[in-house]
Amino acid sequence: MFDVDNLYVVPLDQWIQVGVRWLAMHFRPLFQTIKWPVETLLTTIDNGLQAIPFPILIVVFALLAWRAASRGVALFTLISLIVIAFIGLWSEAMTTLSLIATAIVVCVILGIPIGILCARSDRAWTIVRPVLDVMQTTPSFVYLVPVVMLFGVGTVPGGVAVIVAAISPLIRFTNLGIRLVDKEMVEAGRAFGATDRQLLWEVQLPLALPTILGGLNQTVLMAMVMSVIVSMIGAEGLGLVVLQGLGRLDVGMAAVGGIAIVLLAMILDRITQGLANQDKAKPTRGIRAAVMQALRPRHEDAGSFETNHQQV
Amino acid sequence: MTDRITVDGVYKIFGKSPELALSQMKSGETKETVLRRTGQVVGLSDVSLAVPAGSIYMIMGLSGSGKSTLARCINRLIEPDAGRILIDGEEITGAGEARLREIRRTRISMVFQHFGLLPNRTVAENAEFGLKLRGVPAGERRKKAMEVLEVVGLASWAGHLPGTLSGGMRQRVGLARALATDADVLIMDEAFSALDPLIRSEMQDELLRLHRTFQKTILFITHDFQEALKLGTRVAIMADGMVVREGVPQDIVTNPGNDYVAAFTRDVDRARLFDASSVMVESSPLKLGDRAAAKTLNRDGEPIFVVDDSMRVLGVVGPQQLTRVAGGAAVQSLMTKDYETVSDTTKLSAVANLYHRGRPIAVVDEDGRFMGRVDPLRILSRIGAPAATPSQFRGVDA
Repeated sequence: MFDVDNLYVVPLDQWIQVGVRWLAMHFRPLFQTIKWPVETLLTTIDNGLQAIPFPILIVVFALLAWRAASRGVALFTLISLIVIAFIGLWSEAMTTLSLIATAIVVCVILGIPIGILCARSDRAWTIVRPVLDVMQTTPSFVYLVPVVMLFGVGTVPGGVAVIVAAISPLIRFTNLGIRLVDKEMVEAGRAFGATDRQLLWEVQLPLALPTILGGLNQTVLMAMVMSVIVSMIGAEGLGLVVLQGLGRLDVGMAAVGGIAIVLLAMILDRITQGLANQDKAKPTRGIRAAVMQALRPRHEDAGSFETNHQQV
Repeated sequence: MTDRITVDGVYKIFGKSPELALSQMKSGETKETVLRRTGQVVGLSDVSLAVPAGSIYMIMGLSGSGKSTLARCINRLIEPDAGRILIDGEEITGAGEARLREIRRTRISMVFQHFGLLPNRTVAENAEFGLKLRGVPAGERRKKAMEVLEVVGLASWAGHLPGTLSGGMRQRVGLARALATDADVLIMDEAFSALDPLIRSEMQDELLRLHRTFQKTILFITHDFQEALKLGTRVAIMADGMVVREGVPQDIVTNPGNDYVAAFTRDVDRARLFDASSVMVESSPLKLGDRAAAKTLNRDGEPIFVVDDSMRVLGVVGPQQLTRVAGGAAVQSLMTKDYETVSDTTKLSAVANLYHRGRPIAVVDEDGRFMGRVDPLRILSRIGAPAATPSQFRGVDA
């Protein structure tokens, strides 16, 4: 009687299937609309990266790493990318990179405004927070189910899955960064007659930028992880190499794919971390200047406190 | 002097339902009762003040007394729950959002305890912050910023980030930022409390200097009674969200009015609070050429000052010499230059420093006219704590 096999089983799976099918049937234009910008962005970036000859791209990435982080990171980037090219995975690596780049663009466009909204309104945060909790605790593998049902299979639905998996840290860190801005700074802004918009652009965002960039680093890493997993729903790239290697019991192929993934992940991590840390080390003037600053090579701050103090 | 800021029966309740707490407060319940019954914290309770234009008005209180809350109610960083606040007769408490912003941009500026400078902007950019918010063109606001940085002595630091400056210098930047908007009301919230004692005293002198030049109305929040006495034209002492004593510094020290205030006055350095006029005794001077008067002058054994027709001190004669003058001797040949003069506003610490036995001190007004003579013994009684009672005080002056 208490045998679990004899229990009446609630047909939840069937309900969900019917529900999702109904959604897919009736809201097809909506999902197509969501897919469209992702698809456009993804194809554009992928075509671009594939079209540029690889030696040029390697140099460009190395320079980028040098400006964002350090000479060491630049050297590491240079060597890693050459390795990826010479193990025959350049094209796959660029596809994975365009998947990640697409995700970053969409995450920044959506995540930062949502984060700002959450920082300014406690009500918005109480709504968004549980959603983020669910998104972050759900194993990335589980994301694939609704994505396949609503968006189908392939690289573009994979891109959607990557975006959904990667956006939460950016929202969290943006919210946190703005909320952690010194109360006195915000008060100073208000006391001198700042509008809400001025307060955001003049005070809150510039001061929250290091934290937001930290969130960007997390988002990039999440996107990297997810870009591999979405190979299971037919997304192309390095993940597919590993998956095929596993499927054919071709250990060599799987390992080569794995090496390329690790190298790419490390490059992305070092570069984005460099961005975030650099901003902490040397404050700059406003968003645009901060990004410009991050793209410029580092130099030491002139004039120490001691020498300044003596001239008082 | 007209009143620049008027605070009229202002209440501030912290909590979710201020109305309930407010009605209970108004029906005479204490802060504690209201907290126990409603769970609402009373921040300000029926505060009324009048800040004269061009004064430095000190709001002194310990932490939790509501002084910072009151300051923030003036520019409505905190919304008062009841009462009215007026600037030059205009009700701030009723102003709409746009008007309030306008007032904050042009009428009231603020200096913060921890400076509130943007660490990512240079000193000049911080100084021009208020002007930037107001939409002043870049060139014009930079010019103004450099002007005010010049005033606070930081012009050469314009291109540096605040992080490279010492605390005192950072607060000068804060001050420059507040001055740059040309607001005539300055709210200074514990502006010097985070500074080292030496720098703090320097900044206080600097503020007094700036105040003489700019004649702004300054509302200065402090927990330091000495600071309140040193800077204040008037002082309001707050405790538990209420004003417990208000008046000019000397008055508060001589007549605290209640035990709470008296506790603060005990440690006051009276030598730096009271000036020469408080220890002056009136003594008739001997006018040059008025020999007849020498006979009628009071001879209590004290020296008599000799003045010219416009009451300027020329010299001093002792009792014996005075007798000889009365007997017909020439004053010029008998008087000596063996005296000191102090202005009536000279602090007692400086007066005491000048005193030597047998060397009388004359008190003169700002035009150099003779007013009276310092009684050295009165210096002692004036600087001793506890202070003399008001009746004794008046006895001295009379």
